[in-house]
Amino acid sequence: MAESPASWETVVGLEVHCELRTETKLFCGCRNAFGEEPNTNVCPVCLGLPGSLPVLNRRAVELAMAIGEALHCEIRPSLFHRKNYFYPDMPKDYQVSQYDEPINVDGWLELPDGTRIGIVRAHMEEDTGKSTHMGGGGRIHDAAYSLVDYNRAGVPLVEIVSHPELRSGEQARQYVSELRAILVATGASDGKMEEGSLRVDANVSVRPAGSDAYGTRCEVKNLNSLRSLGRAIEHEAIRQARVWEAGDVVKQETRHWDEANDRTVAGRSKEEANDYRYFPEPDLLPLAPSEEWLARVRSSLPPMPAARRARLAELAGTEPREVATVVDLQLDHLVLAAADAGADANLAVRRVTNEVAADPVRARQLDAADFAKLVLLEAKGALTPTQAKQVLAEMLDGGGDPEAIARDRGFEAMDLGALTTVLDQAIAAHPDEWERLRDGDQKLMGFFVGQVMKATRGQADGRAVSALLRQRGR
Amino acid sequence: MSPTTTATEIAAAVRGGEQSAREVVEGYLSTIADREHEVHAFNLVLEEEALAAADAIDRRAADGEDPGPLAGVPVAIKDNLCTREVPTTCSSRILDGWKPPYDATVVERIAAAGGVILGKTNLDEFAMGSSTENSAFGPTKNPLDASRVPGGSSGGSAAAVAAGFAPLALGSDTGGSIRQPAAFCGVVGVKPTYGMVSRYGLVAFASSLDQVGLLGANVADAALLQEVIQGHDPMDSTSIPDSPPGLCERLAEGVEGVRVGVVRELVEEANSDVAGRLREAAAALGDAGAKVDEVSIRALAYGVSAYYLIAPAECSSNLARYDGVRYGLRLPGADITSTYGATRAQGFGPEVKRRIMLGTYALSAGYYDAYYGQAQRVRTLIIRDFEAAYEDFDVLLSPTAPSTAFRFGAKTEDPLSMYLSDVCTIPSNLAGDPAMSVPYGSGDDGLPVGVQIMAPALGEILMYRVAAALEASHG
Repeated sequence: MAESPASWETVVGLEVHCELRTETKLFCGCRNAFGEEPNTNVCPVCLGLPGSLPVLNRRAVELAMAIGEALHCEIRPSLFHRKNYFYPDMPKDYQVSQYDEPINVDGWLELPDGTRIGIVRAHMEEDTGKSTHMGGGGRIHDAAYSLVDYNRAGVPLVEIVSHPELRSGEQARQYVSELRAILVATGASDGKMEEGSLRVDANVSVRPAGSDAYGTRCEVKNLNSLRSLGRAIEHEAIRQARVWEAGDVVKQETRHWDEANDRTVAGRSKEEANDYRYFPEPDLLPLAPSEEWLARVRSSLPPMPAARRARLAELAGTEPREVATVVDLQLDHLVLAAADAGADANLAVRRVTNEVAADPVRARQLDAADFAKLVLLEAKGALTPTQAKQVLAEMLDGGGDPEAIARDRGFEAMDLGALTTVLDQAIAAHPDEWERLRDGDQKLMGFFVGQVMKATRGQADGRAVSALLRQRGR
Repeated sequence: MSPTTTATEIAAAVRGGEQSAREVVEGYLSTIADREHEVHAFNLVLEEEALAAADAIDRRAADGEDPGPLAGVPVAIKDNLCTREVPTTCSSRILDGWKPPYDATVVERIAAAGGVILGKTNLDEFAMGSSTENSAFGPTKNPLDASRVPGGSSGGSAAAVAAGFAPLALGSDTGGSIRQPAAFCGVVGVKPTYGMVSRYGLVAFASSLDQVGLLGANVADAALLQEVIQGHDPMDSTSIPDSPPGLCERLAEGVEGVRVGVVRELVEEANSDVAGRLREAAAALGDAGAKVDEVSIRALAYGVSAYYLIAPAECSSNLARYDGVRYGLRLPGADITSTYGATRAQGFGPEVKRRIMLGTYALSAGYYDAYYGQAQRVRTLIIRDFEAAYEDFDVLLSPTAPSTAFRFGAKTEDPLSMYLSDVCTIPSNLAGDPAMSVPYGSGDDGLPVGVQIMAPALGEILMYRVAAALEASHG
């Protein structure tokens, strides 16, 4: 990935739109579903037909409060406003959204490395329909005609706005990745960026390294994946740095990420010249969740990724970022089961991160008690690391008791006496090599371990062989 | 079918099997056939549908079922209330060809109570006006004098009841649109408490002020219809959870000891003949045992100014959806912006455009606080002043309109004078309180005068009792 010139600092604030995973839409009983025949999940309310009125979805409010809680926000009484502008995919030609009194304000999100990014607000609003512009490069103004699908109109959204505290495309990626994990954990989102469940706009500016002032920002849209998010920010930062270095001025504007050509392109400035004429939505009552309701939402929240990382890291005696994969893949239960069984949590984290995580689909079917037993067997030396990995692979493949699998494979750890016998035979067979090892040629440690492994067809514990060799060599 | 038969009598006769719903409907259809061409109360008469509905009610009655409290009673519906698969025009070109796929909650409730939907009545376009002169389909004539307006915006509904085309009608009242035409046509008109009757299916003009209400030839009929249409609707978030029951039973309880306040500022707005009738009405209530006194509510002077910022602001947003994209009129342009422009230029009449522009301006960045914000503060003042008045009085009395029905064209060149004809009715909309107009004598021109009774929120029962007492005193 391209780097912005070292003399410039990148400043990024993100706006993330999260479609809430409710059964029905925000203001009507239509199903909230993706990928169905166009204009089949519609009714008078979400089509904005004359005379229709909105009724707020209780579940959407609960999920919005859950997001606020997970992002350490203050959850407040709130109001819906109308944001007025004309666009064909917006059935009422206004969007019902929260404006100056949003439900969640002043929170933060902790990245896996411990950095806290401030959250300005996380407010509720309704989604628009989806336009497809036919001909003319896919933009409305050049299109021959346009098709509109209103299935998405009225789907509940929460828009999460960060402070401009991110400093690179990579950090922005980490932020969205962490946010996605939080949203999935709360049950608010399915996290599918590719289906538009999570949509990101990035406000990007650059400033001379060491400066505290903010440069003119551009809003970059059309970021459909973590990859395009990171790349778009890096490229936009470079573009802006070059504009400043050429003695020009960066214009505040909306830009679109052009994935195919690795660049951002300016949107039409006319599209931005909007006065939204916000005013309180008279068809909805002010929203003031009771303390009891909020308490119920709070108590039903599962632990968030940062807390889960902290717990696993403490158990394993490591840094939170070392357990990030376990948490990302929702495999905490395996490590916790191993720790509960008295096995080495650090070893469990390594087995999950290195072996189990390679197969995330099967990983979810892995029985936690069996996994704990496996880690115990390895930790007490009954299985060598190599054997443990083979048994684990078979457990992932079809499941089963690790002891039984080890027995079937003849993986019985050799006792020290048997191992000594095999080692003695190896030394007797290779007197010259033994002499050189005793003279200090450490390369020959590996040779003798290999000989023992060969003779035992891999059943010997390599570490035990090394220990025996060192004892003998003294 | 005599046009003097009341809705209450019709329902009783049909429920009792003494008369068929078909006979009732045919009677009203025949009156319509005789006179509708000179009145133009309707945008659409649903002759076949009404007869079919009547036959269905008769079958239910024959099967021994009770068709409901409105059994066989024809009801005219203002054409800004949605009727399933029946054109709903708002008397605007912009809804050309549109048929709603659903019924308004009030229409459903009337049908479920055995009422018969007779037709869709004319109105000022999108309920913006006080005379029906803003209808895209031509004005409605006052049945009592064809040179006079019927009032508006529910002029078609008021004229339909006054002409004997229907015993009952639905209207909507945003700033007086039920009460003022009721006064002009000599019928009873009621704007219930905001939220008492569902707005689901009422095409919005100004959502925080709009209220579905009703018109009838007498107070008892009005109460009958209100009982059917009121009550919580889960489809309307601003709907009140429960409504006080027992409206019809308590009408005759009288006004002994009821404290009636005559609002000085609103009497001063009226012509002398109208003010004279109002004083007579107050005296009649005193004779019936009420304690009548004068009251001053100073904030009401600002009602019209606040209203003409709030209502246009909400209207500018509510009417944005008529853009030629999904339904109704579409005049295709070279691109989407010119399609919007051409469709709206052609589809809306001048008064609707005026209010959309006023409202757009009032909500604009930099002006919001001075206009919309200030108007909302005035609204709060009016609510407080009403509350203070209701500490000393149970109901308030005023003229419904400053004058009797005016002549066609008298105010069309001067929008401000038209706006001021709502000065007495607007405050109740701003406060969300119930108010109704009852006919009480006539002016020097021989045309009816309406007396307005205002009550605090949910004060319908007392309001109707006072109306019934006034009606009785008048013989």
